[in-house]
Amino acid sequence: MGVYDFFPEYEVVRNDTTCVNCRVCERQCANGVHSYHPEITPARLLADSTQCVDCQRCVLLCPTKSLKIVQSNNTYKLNNNWTKKEINEIITQASTGGVLLSSMGNPEPYPIYFDKITINASQVTNPSIDPLREPMETRVYLGSKPEKLTRGPDGKLQSNLGPHLALAMPMLFSAMSYGSISYNAHESLARASEELGIFYNTGEGGLHENFYRYGKNTIVQVASGRFGVHKDYLYAGAAIEIKMGQGAKPGIGGHLPGKKIVDDISRTRMTPEGSDAISPAPHHDIYSIEDLSQLVYSLKETTAYTKPVIVKIAAVHNVAAIASGIARSGADIIALDGFRGGTGAAPTRIRDNVGIPIELALAAVDTRLRQEGIRERVGIIAGGGIRSSADIVKAVALGADAVYLGTAALLALGCHLCRACQTGKCNWGIATQEPDLVKRLNPNVGYKRLVNLMRAWQHEIMEIMGGMGINSIESLKGNRLMLRGVGLNETELGVLGLKHAGE
Amino acid sequence: MRDVSPTADVLSISAEGLSFKELNDKLRATNATEIVINNAAGQRYIAAGAEGRRLTINGTPGNALAAYMDGAEIIVNGNAQDAVGDTMNDGRVIVHGSAGDALGYGMRGGLICVKGCSGYRTGIHMKQYQDKSPVIVIGESCGSFLGEYMAGGTIVVLGIGLRGQAPVGNFTGTGMHGGEIYIRSDEEPKNLPAQVSIDTASNLDDIRGHVRAFAQLFGCDADELLSGNFFVLRPNAKNPYHSLYTQYLR
Ligand code: SF4
Ligand code: SF4
Repeated sequence: MGVYDFFPEYEVVRNDTTCVNCRVCERQCANGVHSYHPEITPARLLADSTQCVDCQRCVLLCPTKSLKIVQSNNTYKLNNNWTKKEINEIITQASTGGVLLSSMGNPEPYPIYFDKITINASQVTNPSIDPLREPMETRVYLGSKPEKLTRGPDGKLQSNLGPHLALAMPMLFSAMSYGSISYNAHESLARASEELGIFYNTGEGGLHENFYRYGKNTIVQVASGRFGVHKDYLYAGAAIEIKMGQGAKPGIGGHLPGKKIVDDISRTRMTPEGSDAISPAPHHDIYSIEDLSQLVYSLKETTAYTKPVIVKIAAVHNVAAIASGIARSGADIIALDGFRGGTGAAPTRIRDNVGIPIELALAAVDTRLRQEGIRERVGIIAGGGIRSSADIVKAVALGADAVYLGTAALLALGCHLCRACQTGKCNWGIATQEPDLVKRLNPNVGYKRLVNLMRAWQHEIMEIMGGMGINSIESLKGNRLMLRGVGLNETELGVLGLKHAGE
Repeated sequence: MRDVSPTADVLSISAEGLSFKELNDKLRATNATEIVINNAAGQRYIAAGAEGRRLTINGTPGNALAAYMDGAEIIVNGNAQDAVGDTMNDGRVIVHGSAGDALGYGMRGGLICVKGCSGYRTGIHMKQYQDKSPVIVIGESCGSFLGEYMAGGTIVVLGIGLRGQAPVGNFTGTGMHGGEIYIRSDEEPKNLPAQVSIDTASNLDDIRGHVRAFAQLFGCDADELLSGNFFVLRPNAKNPYHSLYTQYLR
């Protein structure tokens, strides 16, 4: 720590009376925090808190529970304007001249609308339903629904339904590329999706050759850099997602540094080893909804209209108008990504200041598409800030067909939200490509944990629906009367399309 | 690229009055490997993902010709529109005319030859990988942003008929981090970004074959083309934005 540095925000505290010098922490910490010192008496482990990212790995693996990480109470003179955060950021940038780079979702204290919305339950006049006894439908079909039924000359219904994704429950794992997360993390997501009857998403890093076998549970992504995109890849997935934007960094593209483009990653992305993989935010061939439509149809033509096409955008100010355009572009599904969505790396200012909450974006889009009579043309997936089954129920009632889960899935795999993914040294074997770290995540365990979480949430969704007297997720979709706002102002209630509690 | 048997029967399709979907449904429905499309009038997505066939297109094919193409051969007797060969993996596209914007976007393999000009953003995001290395040869000139974010492959702009003037627009190679752009010209291109370095090409070994193939296709004099002055643009770094960021663990 030099004079132009700052005291660590989290400190490693070791109980030397219980520590047995087993040195597990030293081996587990890829950040080199712990070191053993036989030269001092008594010989013991010391910690360099400046390198600690608070990932909790050593804490949990310490056999004698002698470690904890605490928030430092070293403090600058308190100032509500110039907070510790603001001061430390300036110190960092004055030292390096660099753009601050962070990861995971926006951690700042913006309102969380999900926490200001409550769910209805039936009493007396319409009975609730017991999901343990009665059938409950959580199956969702995602895609474009025909506007009207057509009959042939024989009077029989003609099938004019385009390709759909059938989900056993209204959840999908959101786009996380191989490169940003590890092989073992991808394998866990793929296997869990297969077992659960849902989907995971390759992100923009291509599809590893070993994972083509999970194709029917895979969504393949096409982003501006077109990494790993070729005909077999497009055919391999159950759907194709065009990435226009991402909630964690709207207006910013993907950039995997060359040092992370090693053998397998390079093969899967089809880019040379050691070269940066840059996919800028703008698709430099898309300047209008018409241009977007061209990309949508070029993908449909290439796959002979067998795959639904998803267009993913970040939730930004004009999201409703943009979504209306997308619904008319030929896309089958719109994915909306709120500003709490995670990422492997994003400029800190963008992560913390750009975009809008998914709750508001979702409600605005659903309202707009209904007003324009085109809601059924597209399925809606909401992501970026979904933390629990209750959030899912609220999202569906606000108008989503299904939700994307990214951070929640990573937490199930062991992530402790240390927000250090951008360093590539994830101690949990998730956001890393270092073989010694990757093998810490056992896909046999990982996939089971994902399955556990999703099954638990599915059951909770059934219970909440049963309480409302609803036995099918389709009847919950856009059913905003099942929600009430608590402590929200008129404008917020208006955008959300909700009544206040008590109304 | 798979060889197309020269003895195969030729299937002729008239595109007149057909929507892109109707035309492309016909192409998908046939196993023919030698196809002629007459009266093409802007139908998009022709030969999207095509492999193992030869298509001769008389008229003007629409946008996204040969998108994701994986080993077919396309001959256009006329002009092509935007987004020719988007994310093309393998095969050849030969345009006996000019082409629009964003030609060869994200192209990873194969060859595109355009006799005349191509528009803005030619060859952007082009990349090479292992034995795959895409090639674009433009006979006359290109618009601005040629080779933007290029990560591999070769682009040759021959400047035919420009009497030594630079046959490219502004900002050639912005964000370029791989590949090479050869420009036949007496004057340096304007407004080059910091990410590229420019030199007079001391030898043309890497492009001689492509130029000869171009000359043969369009009946020009290869030796004369190769005798001109060529500039070569290469990226300054494989990691152009390496020092832009600083780790911030918050
Ligand atoms: S970075 Fe993780 S493993 Fe290392 S000391 Fe901090 S909590 Fe422990
Ligand atoms: S994925 Fe790893 S590095 Fe990223 S926040 Fe989670 S534990 Fe930290």
